[in-house]
Amino acid sequence: MKIYGVAILAACYFAGLVLGEMLGSLFGVKGNLGGVGFGMLFFILLTDWMKKKNKMTEDYAAGISFWTSLYIPIVIAMASIQNVNAAVNSGAVAIVSGIVATFLSFVSIRFLISLLKEERGV
Amino acid sequence: MMDSIYQMFLKNGLVLSFLAVGFIMLVTQFVSQKILRDKIPGVALAIALGLILASFGGKAGIADIPLFSGMALLGGTMLRDFAIVSTAYGASMDEIKKAGWVGVVSLFVGVFFNFIVGVTCAILFGYSDPAEIATLASGTCTFIVGPITGNAVGASSEIITLSIAAGVMKVLIVSVVTPLFKQLIGIETKTSAMVFGGVMGTVSGVSAALASINPKLVPYGALTATFYTGIAAILCPSVFYPILKWILI
Repeated sequence: MKIYGVAILAACYFAGLVLGEMLGSLFGVKGNLGGVGFGMLFFILLTDWMKKKNKMTEDYAAGISFWTSLYIPIVIAMASIQNVNAAVNSGAVAIVSGIVATFLSFVSIRFLISLLKEERGV
Repeated sequence: MMDSIYQMFLKNGLVLSFLAVGFIMLVTQFVSQKILRDKIPGVALAIALGLILASFGGKAGIADIPLFSGMALLGGTMLRDFAIVSTAYGASMDEIKKAGWVGVVSLFVGVFFNFIVGVTCAILFGYSDPAEIATLASGTCTFIVGPITGNAVGASSEIITLSIAAGVMKVLIVSVVTPLFKQLIGIETKTSAMVFGGVMGTVSGVSAALASINPKLVPYGALTATFYTGIAAILCPSVFYPILKWILI
């Protein structure tokens, strides 16, 4: 039953969101703090455990991967419903921070990979 | 009769949004593969096209046009967050352990570092509200974490747009620049691909870049990039934002 896979996903999603809500009220913020990330983490742990116990069937996985394949289409829809006109004038901050962050990341990757090579004696 | 057909489309907003997004992807995939010869991933083009389409509407983007109101449901927080959690499927703790301490360090360095750069840029551009700064900085981590943080801390759609744009910028640079400097960066092994995915964190950018270097490395980079998204979705709103608020106020 594919719906079991989707239901497992839904259970982890809510477990994450509940934790996010609890953190939100702990910090006095109205929103959900980190719920999605916690949901991902729970989902990794649960499905990993199920695979090891041979309880993860192909059917379950098919139900889950349908939603995975909808991720990018959903992000596109999300982009299309933003208040873009209000943001155009301040677009430079997005472009600059994107460029700077990416180039500095390249530098740190170079550094981390060289550490890796040293460690392995290559 | 035309009116009844129009009414029919209005009533089926969500289904119409599937058709609309399918069409956007069809066009952008064609441009990406045939015209740009896979130099720029279709995903980045499609998100950029989504932002362009949003400019035809108002505060709620294209969803302000009645015919496309279904986009608000498809692109709303509920389905978005549900789909993000589903992307974690297939990532396993055992795999990440194989990358060793450098792999784990790269994840946290990547998220923290990108966030700090985003914060610095936002402050330099004159932003002072911690919620706005945190949202922009989260978008600098990766395009999906910007909206997640933005919704959590109550940032405006304008700021969320900028955070998506910063993330899309990153996808573009990562996918175009990495193949050009592959020797200099030194991505040769599975482990180095994991470091790359862990620091960069944008799954679509990292996958596109690795595909043009060596397709066998894609799953390794995508794995750490997926972990990056999860860790960023936790840390940005629940740890970095409160700290930022505490420092700035």
